[in-house]
Amino acid sequence: MIQRRDAVVLVGAAIAMASAITLQAARDRAYPRDQRADEQLLYVSSGAALNRITLAFDAVAADVYWIRAIQHYGGDRLAGPKAAAKYHLLYPLLDITTTLDPYFNIAYRFGAIFLSEAYPGGPGRPDQAVALLRKAIVAMPHKWQYYHDIGFVYYWRLHDYQTAALWFQRAAEKPNAPNWLPPLAASMLARGQDRTAARFLWQQIAKSEEAWLRQSAQRALVQLDALDQIDQLESLVNRFPPPAGERYSWPLLIAKRVLKGIPVDPAGAPYEIDPATGRVQVSQTSPLYPMPEEPRRLQ
Amino acid sequence: MRAIRTVAVNVFRESVRDRVPYNLVLFAVMLIASSYLIGQLTAGQDVKIIKDLGLAATSVFGLFIAIFIGIGLVSKEVERRSIYALLSKPVSRAQFIAGKYAGLVLTLCVNVSVMAIALYAILAYMVWATHPASRAVWDAPGLDPALLKAIFLIFIELMLVTAIALFFSTFSSPILSAALTFGFYIAGHFNADLKNFDRVVDSKVAATLARGVYHVLPDLSAFDVKTEVVHGLPVAAAYIATTTAYGLAYVAGLLLIATFIFSRRDFK
Repeated sequence: MIQRRDAVVLVGAAIAMASAITLQAARDRAYPRDQRADEQLLYVSSGAALNRITLAFDAVAADVYWIRAIQHYGGDRLAGPKAAAKYHLLYPLLDITTTLDPYFNIAYRFGAIFLSEAYPGGPGRPDQAVALLRKAIVAMPHKWQYYHDIGFVYYWRLHDYQTAALWFQRAAEKPNAPNWLPPLAASMLARGQDRTAARFLWQQIAKSEEAWLRQSAQRALVQLDALDQIDQLESLVNRFPPPAGERYSWPLLIAKRVLKGIPVDPAGAPYEIDPATGRVQVSQTSPLYPMPEEPRRLQ
Repeated sequence: MRAIRTVAVNVFRESVRDRVPYNLVLFAVMLIASSYLIGQLTAGQDVKIIKDLGLAATSVFGLFIAIFIGIGLVSKEVERRSIYALLSKPVSRAQFIAGKYAGLVLTLCVNVSVMAIALYAILAYMVWATHPASRAVWDAPGLDPALLKAIFLIFIELMLVTAIALFFSTFSSPILSAALTFGFYIAGHFNADLKNFDRVVDSKVAATLARGVYHVLPDLSAFDVKTEVVHGLPVAAAYIATTTAYGLAYVAGLLLIATFIFSRRDFK
């Protein structure tokens, strides 16, 4: 049986707690702290110092920084182009994560894919992706995947085929490396790049068991399909140019019965045509935008 | 031996009466809650993080038990004046110290064992709930027996911390003992850096002094193989054996010094 005095105390406690929550909500509305929290992410920016501070709990600290890294990446990606500073903490967060836990495989591979991805999908920093992967190689020199990933960054983002071939060759020399690496390195040296090689590499990544890696590869494969479609459309546009004095447009090609309607990309967004040059590109509203800058075939 | 066993069993019973096992419930709840939350947050790294968290929690909860019970083992008896009744019985001071230590180690052993079982239970659930294809990317199997290596070395480390706490408890107050033990714990994890001090200082005296401190302070970072075990990297049996032998030798040394100090204390 609750005494009257106890009841008063309990009611008083409930009122006090409710007041605290109300005040907290009011304060958060008046003084949003999102920006401050963002700055605090790297209050300690040295991975080596954190490694010491966390004593025997460096692996847990690495997990915390890993969660922060993916939240930071996801937050900026969802914020869209309106975000002021894009992915500026992604590299330091992944760097700290991998300093605290040098065997954090997925943090290295996440960095390889997304640090090198062009804005707005990523910060467009292939140099940072390579730096992170070189760190992975110091920790785990026997894993062919890191050599392959560096080769991939040089090939797909930096279009440096000589260096890419070198890294693919190094990957091929590691234990358990797949047998498709040596011919890939050789073909890269001979022909630079064609879309077939790109498709093959992304297909290998799409076989990954990591869902986010698979999704990223599947998006890239759809982008390659879109590039094929763009080639076909540009070929049509060139075969049926507008009459003198007129500009390139879809309605013109539809009127000539070259096309049945405005062509759409594999994501369902209509392609855009440059009225002056006839160049075809994906719309900025398409989920496939921005398209990768395609490596060129060596002559 | 019988006297030691009697003292040890009483320490264990007292720790149960002091509700020490409550931390086990907290541990289990924390792991269950985290296994759900982490799965939403971590891009496929949930099992790694559950292992990290489980091993870290085993270490932290064990550390708290070792320090906060260890510091009161002797000083509480002195404060309550129950030491007079105890020492009037056929129990030598050495047996008293050994019994107190063994009792707390028994408490820690039960706690660490239950926490290990809880961790494996959560991991078994994760293995059951995860598609075999997704399990293929894990660095180590979900129910990896190698986790026991890390848990075993955590237990040896806790035995060492308990010995440190008991050592301080024989001659200082509980608060001071807690501060000193915690200080030793932190210094013990920085200790490995002192070994290579000569690489960062020119003074030979300072380098020799640092090397001396390295040998005197407990080398606790050696007991931490959590990262290796979680990533499925090999931890040599010889390494575990050497580290265990080092820990037990250090514990023996501390208990002998504690017995020496306690034997010379005058309780009049």
